[in-house]
Amino acid sequence: MKIDNRLRQIYQWLDERTDLKKVQALLLHKTVPQHKHTVWYYLGGMTLFLFTVQVVTGILLLLYYRPSAEQAFESVQFIMTEVKFGWLVRSIHSWSANLMIFTVFLHLFSVFFLKAYRKPRELTWISGAFLFFISLGFGFTGYLLPWNKLAYFATKVGTEIAGVIPLIGGFLLDFLRGGTEVSGATLTRFFAFHVAVLPMTVTLILVLHLYLVQKHGMSRPLNDSTLRPLPDMPFFPNFFLRDVLGWTLALGILVALASIFPWELGEKADPLAPAPAGIKPEWYFVFMFQTLKFLPAKILFMEGELAGILFFTVLFILLIFVPFLDKKANLGVSSKPFVTVGWMVVAFILIMTLLGYLL
Amino acid sequence: MGAIVYPMLRFLIPPKLPEATSSTVVAGNLDEVPPNSGKIFRFGDKAGILIRTPTGEFKAFSATCTHLSCTVQYRSDISHIWCACHNGHYDVNGKNISGPPPRPLEEFTVFVRGKEIVVAKKIA
Repeated sequence: MKIDNRLRQIYQWLDERTDLKKVQALLLHKTVPQHKHTVWYYLGGMTLFLFTVQVVTGILLLLYYRPSAEQAFESVQFIMTEVKFGWLVRSIHSWSANLMIFTVFLHLFSVFFLKAYRKPRELTWISGAFLFFISLGFGFTGYLLPWNKLAYFATKVGTEIAGVIPLIGGFLLDFLRGGTEVSGATLTRFFAFHVAVLPMTVTLILVLHLYLVQKHGMSRPLNDSTLRPLPDMPFFPNFFLRDVLGWTLALGILVALASIFPWELGEKADPLAPAPAGIKPEWYFVFMFQTLKFLPAKILFMEGELAGILFFTVLFILLIFVPFLDKKANLGVSSKPFVTVGWMVVAFILIMTLLGYLL
Repeated sequence: MGAIVYPMLRFLIPPKLPEATSSTVVAGNLDEVPPNSGKIFRFGDKAGILIRTPTGEFKAFSATCTHLSCTVQYRSDISHIWCACHNGHYDVNGKNISGPPPRPLEEFTVFVRGKEIVVAKKIA
């Protein structure tokens, strides 16, 4: 009884100073529609959980990591062999990064096919699209940090792609590499992007994204009326507790993966060594890598690689503007051509990724 | 506003460092490169590739693939210069013959000085 009173007093004290009741009301007003697609609603929370794992393990790795061409590889080696549980922390960081990108992809496509971007959720989609790009940026910059052979060439190719862009390519290449070649200067820059610039940007956009999700609530699929009608579930605590259950499961899977398949370090980068045979970027870039591999040296009047890069740039820009392109969705009608294009993109990504590993 | 933004933007662009002034470099010794083999060597801040063709002739090129800048290597099984990143092939004259590379490799001049193989940039 005494404790109850004390807690109430603390609550009142906080409420007087921070309007805690309003925050509580915001949390409590949210409900989750129940239908056969409800499972897709868990992906946003799952991504957020994996992102939290990244932040925690990333901070731990920062205590030992040294961002220079001379010491980066050795410091990761030190983390993995000398620091207690260092191998586990690094392995969880790598596995969680990959699982997070996977859930980001799933989240993006589930929102796309459920047409959850329609009015008034256009900004939620756009902020989500930027979070997707930033996730890829995290993957790209983090990949170089161990300064191993594969990462060195992946960065060489990746930054060269940026350099091909007309007009600003030269500037971008110098800006990303910190010089004309991939070197220690590139590593320092990527480190700065990975641990300062991207986290700051992602936090700002994530706050906006979560605020919008909270404000507008969960979107219902277009053909909701045909689905089995069920009462909405309160987000807090019912859905949240289910979220926590999913996160616990994910943590278990993550630790199992990190322990059974510890993330390899590979060989130290050597700028004078040729690119190793069978070189591939991380799986989420393989579809782009494979497309560039298939393109001929010349397509019409431009170089093949430039055509490929322009194609992906246009695709990413279209992705941002999806809510404004799919005009039928706002009228409550599902646009067949739009859904077909979505499935074609999924098929393209899957087939190119598969070919990337088979060929 | 400009007084704040301009210095910040200039700070982001790395200063141009002078390129290596030497236009010649010792790429290796005669016995390091038997016929139908190749060797990567440092040329300034970039990589070069020295090859000895199956007929015994020495050739040297920039080792930077003209597609997306990976470092190429010599494959003695097919006597091609090959880029592993996107499966680009060049013949022993540095000419792009298959895969995505859009241009031939930059060629250097090779001459033998005693036991040393010296590579020099071609004068335009």
